[in-house]
Amino acid sequence: MTLSPHLLVSAQNVLSHVEFIHDLRERLQDGARPLTYFGEKRADGRVELTALLQDASGLSVLQGQATGDDGLPALTVQFPQLHIFEREIHEQTGLSMPGHPWLKPVRSPVAPMGTYPFFQMEGKEVHEVAVGPIHAGVIEPGHFRFLCLGEQVHHLEIQLGYQHRGIEELLVQRPVAHGAALVETIAGDTSIGHAWAFCRAVEALAGVDVPLEVEIVRGIALELERIAMHLTGLSGIATDIGFLQGGTTWGRLRTTIINLSMQLCGSRFGRGWLRPGGVRFGIDSAQAARIPVILKDFQRDMNTVTELFQTSLSVNGRLHEVGTVTAERAAEIGLVGMAARASGLDLDLRTSLPGAAFTRLPMALSKQVTGDCWARGAIRVDEITRSVAWIAQAVVLPGLDNVRVAPIPALPPNALAIGVCEGWRGEIIHALQTDEAGTLRHFKAQDPSLRNWFGLALSLRGNEISDFPICNKSFDLSYCGNDL
Amino acid sequence: MIVASLLLHLLGLVLLPFLLPGVINRVKAWWGGRRGAPFLQPFWDTRRLLGKQPVYSDVTTLVFRLAPLVVLATTLVAATLAPMLPGGGLLPFPNDFVAFAYVLGLGRIFLTLAALDTGSPFEGMGAAREATFSVFAEPALFIVLGTLALGSGHSTFAELMRPHGWQAFLVTPLCALALFLLLQIECARLPVDDPTTHLELTMIHEVLILDHSGPDLAMMQYAASLKLTLYAGMLAALLNPIALDQQPLLAALVSFVLMLAIAVVVGLFESLLARFRMRLIPQFAVVIAVIGFAALVLATIQPELG
Repeated sequence: MTLSPHLLVSAQNVLSHVEFIHDLRERLQDGARPLTYFGEKRADGRVELTALLQDASGLSVLQGQATGDDGLPALTVQFPQLHIFEREIHEQTGLSMPGHPWLKPVRSPVAPMGTYPFFQMEGKEVHEVAVGPIHAGVIEPGHFRFLCLGEQVHHLEIQLGYQHRGIEELLVQRPVAHGAALVETIAGDTSIGHAWAFCRAVEALAGVDVPLEVEIVRGIALELERIAMHLTGLSGIATDIGFLQGGTTWGRLRTTIINLSMQLCGSRFGRGWLRPGGVRFGIDSAQAARIPVILKDFQRDMNTVTELFQTSLSVNGRLHEVGTVTAERAAEIGLVGMAARASGLDLDLRTSLPGAAFTRLPMALSKQVTGDCWARGAIRVDEITRSVAWIAQAVVLPGLDNVRVAPIPALPPNALAIGVCEGWRGEIIHALQTDEAGTLRHFKAQDPSLRNWFGLALSLRGNEISDFPICNKSFDLSYCGNDL
Repeated sequence: MIVASLLLHLLGLVLLPFLLPGVINRVKAWWGGRRGAPFLQPFWDTRRLLGKQPVYSDVTTLVFRLAPLVVLATTLVAATLAPMLPGGGLLPFPNDFVAFAYVLGLGRIFLTLAALDTGSPFEGMGAAREATFSVFAEPALFIVLGTLALGSGHSTFAELMRPHGWQAFLVTPLCALALFLLLQIECARLPVDDPTTHLELTMIHEVLILDHSGPDLAMMQYAASLKLTLYAGMLAALLNPIALDQQPLLAALVSFVLMLAIAVVVGLFESLLARFRMRLIPQFAVVIAVIGFAALVLATIQPELG
């Protein structure tokens, strides 16, 4: 157990499925929070199960095994936040899940739309609206099925999987040192977040300690990504409600930030910046002097447009009490990241598992309480302000130009390593498992979107169907991050 | 004199449907920190669409193909009735404003029928919205026009735009405000509808023409712009202080300038406001009716005091 954002399990204690379920249930009842729960199908037909839990003492892993004959009693009814994990285990390993109330496909290549068991509602005036998988606008494919009574949505079912590329299988086919470029494409808008989680897993596995300076540069990269994507979200929310000034100004300000990433690492999205063992680009003194000036100008414009947005009566009238997810409901379904914090949950890995960078310069937790579209906009504003201040402090730390990528030594055999990172959307989890020869046997990647899509579905209940676009934008989830 | 007025009216009908949306878009671009498209971009868009071949879905019927023609024709007929210039409808007859409203209503029926004809759930929702909101907007329009008829003592559209009497200075601005807000509903502008959105689930007018293409789409868009011109023209006629029969050229000029100014104001609303949530729109229409009703009360007390 550790308060660091990575974990190495070299002596694996694999329980029988009965003990595993018993222990898992006990840990969850004691208040541990599940970060991920996945299964790996072994060549001999066994399924190895891994649950990653977090409590006050940090991260811990519970491992068990089951066979197809055993089946695995589903815990979803008792702990609804496990629902998506159990569905994924069923889909990826074929393990039966007796007692699961909603055992639907997570990704559609397994079950094409024609055979997908959509939830049905009966009634003379109930009508269904099907949206997608091809959408207007330049966005990713996903199918949304609204069950409506007039304009009111009773239930929204989200069917995804159209972006499935087999990332997890692709990664184990290549040397681990070459994995970062692939990992950066899990969700293209979270390249840095995924790269950092991957780096932490690889470094934990290989026993590489990276210096503080590297961690600080990674922190700067991560916070730049957070600012840029929060601006995308704010600009999108403003555009979707027809608030022109927010839409254009936040969009323009995003360019400032991604151009800064471009100057620092050669990619506006931070591709190729973070690599296991270090970072490929540091920050020299000239850049360190310039960045606070850029950020100061940025924050001035940011404050102006934020004030216009937050004091506009029409914006207030449009966003308050729309798409509400209460704190209770958010905790129940296992909402993570920014959306969970907007609902009032204290969930931020940067504060609970800070690692070297956020221990050296702590990041305060941003929180809203109402859990509506307004809160998911306001939390972005808060986090941008905090990230700007953090970067301004971080860039002046000494030694940031003296960084390199340390070589990754051979991996230990039969070890499980986990790396986590609080990306802009929420917690990203990467797990790497080696075999007897020390080569990569299994890779599990988890984008926060996997868990939060259900939050979007719930946020729409009882709302109007015309509120869907702003609810969707306020969550701003990744399709490919879900589909892998 | 009459010929000149007719020619100006026709000139306005042809030119302004291209110019007014262009002005609105320019104002929005300016507020958004962009240079914006040319003022006559809607004209070039129409020309481009006219050169395209329409695409028809297999499930649509004759209604779908007929709708653009009916919508355009009804709007053109309405244009001959509407006072674009002060005191200048092309074919005035008593109570022609009723014909104006229901000729446009006929176009609306075909617009919604064509939308339903596609079988798309988006367009079905759009048709339901269009029909629902017009139920609330129609009484508001008649209260305003009835008030103006009472205030002016005339029943032709051309003449009722000139209320007189001691309270005209109150009736006119109230009716102008109500007409402007009606324009936002009827012509699908912010804060009621967002003409630039790509989100089908939030659309009202745009979703109805989602399946039209090529010349059909050009007709639909031109008819929508013409409707905007007619509402702006009504407002301009109401606000224009110069009588057409005395100074026709100056009156027409002032009217056109007023219409451009109205387009600028529409653009300002679109730049500075967010959209209403959908369920507020009927309430918005009721507010318009209340404003019209206040003007009506003012107009009715005229004989007792006069």
